[in-house]
Amino acid sequence: MPDRSRRPRTKSPLDPPISFKVVRAVFLTLLAGFVALPVYVMIASSLKPLKDVAGQFRWIPSGLTVRPYIDIWHTVPLAKYFVNSLIVAGAATACSVVVAVFAAYAVSRYRFRGKRLFTVTVLSTQMFPGILFLLPLFLIFVNIGNTTGIALYGSRGGLILTYLTFSLPFSIWMLIGYFDSVPRDLDEAATVDGCGPLGALFRVVIPAAVPGIVAVAVYAFMTAWGEVLFASVMTNDATRTLAVGLQGYSTQNDVYWNQIMAASLVVSIPVVAGFLLLQRYLVAGLTAGAVK
Amino acid sequence: MTSATAGRVRRTTARVRRTGRLRRAALPYLLLLPALLFELLIHLVPMVMGIVMSFRKLTQFFIRDWSSAPWSGLDNYSLAVDIDKPVGEALLNSFFTTCLFTLLSVALCWFLGTATAVFMQETFRGRGLLRGLFLIPYALPGYAAVITWAFMFQRDNGLVNHVIHDQLGLGGAQHTFWLLGDNSFWALLTVSVWKGWPFAFLIVMAALQNIPKDLYEAAALDGAGIWQQIRRITLPSVGAVNQVLILVLFLWTFNDFNTPFVLFGKSAPVAADLISIHIYQSSFVTWNFGTGSAMSVLLLLFLLLVTAVYLFFTTRGRKEADA
Repeated sequence: MPDRSRRPRTKSPLDPPISFKVVRAVFLTLLAGFVALPVYVMIASSLKPLKDVAGQFRWIPSGLTVRPYIDIWHTVPLAKYFVNSLIVAGAATACSVVVAVFAAYAVSRYRFRGKRLFTVTVLSTQMFPGILFLLPLFLIFVNIGNTTGIALYGSRGGLILTYLTFSLPFSIWMLIGYFDSVPRDLDEAATVDGCGPLGALFRVVIPAAVPGIVAVAVYAFMTAWGEVLFASVMTNDATRTLAVGLQGYSTQNDVYWNQIMAASLVVSIPVVAGFLLLQRYLVAGLTAGAVK
Repeated sequence: MTSATAGRVRRTTARVRRTGRLRRAALPYLLLLPALLFELLIHLVPMVMGIVMSFRKLTQFFIRDWSSAPWSGLDNYSLAVDIDKPVGEALLNSFFTTCLFTLLSVALCWFLGTATAVFMQETFRGRGLLRGLFLIPYALPGYAAVITWAFMFQRDNGLVNHVIHDQLGLGGAQHTFWLLGDNSFWALLTVSVWKGWPFAFLIVMAALQNIPKDLYEAAALDGAGIWQQIRRITLPSVGAVNQVLILVLFLWTFNDFNTPFVLFGKSAPVAADLISIHIYQSSFVTWNFGTGSAMSVLLLLFLLLVTAVYLFFTTRGRKEADA
């Protein structure tokens, strides 16, 4: 057996040769440029005066101004859209996480008739295109409004409900995988110690699966925050979300690109910040589901 | 202990066990109840309704009460698949465009994601920073990112034309239209790959973490170079993950609505007319819900078929490998 400790550190067999390093450096540099380009454009253009973004593109702004960041709140009611997005994405996330925790616990810990049918249904609805549910839900909402007077169409509640079409199956599916990875002995021990099944869920399984639950919540929130299809059909002036509201910066005569970029940056900050904070959970949660 | 006491104890425990078993049998259903109710409300009812709608002549006049729309049998379907008429021809075009677009986008996302994960497997200076940068397209809200690309693809004040025409002097004197005409396909593909590849990177990176270091050391001692190690150790161990990854990328890309909608608006150019935006246009712009529903049902059948065939072949391959 070769004595590894005596091998000089600089010539580890795992140290890649120079050709590999060159290819790697070129590849990663090009890719980093491609990825960073829109980010640079977004930041730089949000600080440019209007004449800079209306004319030929300039890499370096002719002058820096924070004017767009002030104007974005007046050109369109951005604050209102912001609140709408926050309510809708937050409620959809909370609702799907709570419902999914119970369902996933049942699937992960119990054997019952129809279990396979349930998981297969959940899994398959996840792959259906949103447009498939959009048409019927739109008509259901309109009809409910006409017959009962309950305004689902155009309301935040209606939009929240439609967001469950994608966040609920995803949450259930991810959490089943996560709960399966929590050792069964733990909640069996809790049951022996006098916990009921719900006690075991709340005291043992949920605390042990916090990373998975956080991952599911972050993912559901991110998807709802960026959703365009349902938001563009199911909202009206009062309930419009950011995804649709951002279109208001282009008028018949002018497109306020600097304001659009500033607004894009502002609406991205909450999710990007949340993502960076909870990144470890999200990455672990997403990949645990996929790698298994 | 007398036998009578023993009998009583046995009877009581049996009763406790029986009621316990009953309660336990009902418990999973109780836990599932909220999920079942929501699934019914948001998936099952709309789906059944969508199928019913696809057999009706559902135009804007019947939006207020869809159930009064007259039955039309298979008219919507024959309209959707009749490739000699404009509706069917446009749908077929859109379908082919979506297939080609999905194929290219998934292939590129997969390649970029895998290559990057392999290159970033070992530590080097700036790796953490680069990893953070690479996750930005994934974290940014879709419309914010796509609207930035739309700005970059503007004909007169966009970055892309500035670089190609003004700085590199390529592409002739006239600025290129990127969001109109045939070029729109490439613009859409660029944005889709930019947004989609970090997901592949994430997943492959996680798969690579499970490879034991010893394997590489053993291979290196046997004289295998880095490229050989990648080919013999790294890539084969990503195989199982690829099955899920490629299926998910396929479904997401095929169903993507956000990207073309933000890039082009309510009606995309013919060259970039993806199926989901095509159905949206047929339903909400030309107000023909019946035909839109029929198209949705056809799309669903297609996706189910592809997924079933794909899963059949990939799981069969895995079973053979296990055997």
